[in-house]
Amino acid sequence: MASKSEKSRLSDIIGTHEADILAEWLRLLLASGGDTRISRGQLESQCREFLAALREATSAGNIADTMTPGFERLRTMLGDISRSRATQGFSPAETATFIFSLKEPLFARIRATHGKDGEAIADDTWTLSQLIDRLGLHTMDVYQRSREEVIARQHEEIAELSTPVVKLWDGILALPLIGTLDSARTQVVMENLLQSIVDHSAEIAIIDITGVPTVDTVVAQHLLKTVAAARLMGADCIVSGIRPQIAQTMVHLGVELTVVSKANLADAFAVALSRTGRFVAKSKAPTSTGTMTARRPATL
Amino acid sequence: MPDKLPIRAGDDVVRVRQQVRARAVEIGFSLVDQTKIITAASELARNTLDYGGGGEATIDVLAVPKPGLRITFEDQGPGIPDVDTALKDGFTTGNGLGLGLGGARRLVNDFAITSKLGQGTQVIITRWK
Repeated sequence: MASKSEKSRLSDIIGTHEADILAEWLRLLLASGGDTRISRGQLESQCREFLAALREATSAGNIADTMTPGFERLRTMLGDISRSRATQGFSPAETATFIFSLKEPLFARIRATHGKDGEAIADDTWTLSQLIDRLGLHTMDVYQRSREEVIARQHEEIAELSTPVVKLWDGILALPLIGTLDSARTQVVMENLLQSIVDHSAEIAIIDITGVPTVDTVVAQHLLKTVAAARLMGADCIVSGIRPQIAQTMVHLGVELTVVSKANLADAFAVALSRTGRFVAKSKAPTSTGTMTARRPATL
Repeated sequence: MPDKLPIRAGDDVVRVRQQVRARAVEIGFSLVDQTKIITAASELARNTLDYGGGGEATIDVLAVPKPGLRITFEDQGPGIPDVDTALKDGFTTGNGLGLGLGGARRLVNDFAITSKLGQGTQVIITRWK
């Protein structure tokens, strides 16, 4: 069985020259870009452990198939390294370099071991090359997956963070919307708003769309649904922050917002206050701190 | 050089909008004109996705006879059986407001739609500066 002898041969080569290979590999890794994100000591221990695991796997496992149990430890280790590289902000190329730069020192040992036996050199080089390539692909798989996890998590965080419901006064809530209003975000917005209406026994909710760049029919529909749901909870809605260009566009689109709307949040707040039987008045003597003057509630 | 953008998922609609905005700003459209063409593009991109099963948007910057922006939306979806009815306000086969297609037509200067049953739909809109 050719593969049997090949795998033990590879394992022998790694075993005999482990220290040399490690030194050479480290030198290449450091030369390919002195990195400050990972310390030399850390890199060295990663390389040493990896090489040991590789020797173990090549002596026990079936080299042609890295999915076999013999490669389990190696795959896990590589996965961990790849994942930590991804979160540390390494590029895909930098991450893949870790495994691919192992080729050069290993090929050199194969050549040195077999001397003039060209066939053996070719065989071993081919086997090893395939092995490293497969491990490289595994590295990329894990890297990609962990990047996607990061993106998905950030996506959720942004969706939650960007829909705060703030209390302006007793019974008056404001919901400043920022960014694209798609179905998923509308769901978060609606849930937050309805829960806040219950929590604060709010009578009026001001939805401010100053930060929504485009209001098309879908956004309008989402807004109307949110307003209708709030109404069922006993709270009236005021939409504020409709910019002139958005107003014109909505008219052409044919969208009618069947809801009280105001140009800015300050006006909407004034309406909300008067509806709840309050008003803001200017005190006779301006206070020395100055900024708390009336009629500009938005700056409060 | 026209920009070709795929429309395969909800994120692509946002990307089309951003690209149209960038081109409209380059040409020097007024804020109102920018908003109009962006909104029209948003409606049609979403139609391409929701009703056409995905497709492609091509953005052309025009210089003759005057500066303008032309956007072509193409899909290989089921097609629209009756275009005139589809353009009527309030008509929808989905669960939208039924204003997108007609609204988009009102937001641009030129609007052309061709649809073949079983082959797909092409909508071309142009807004001049």
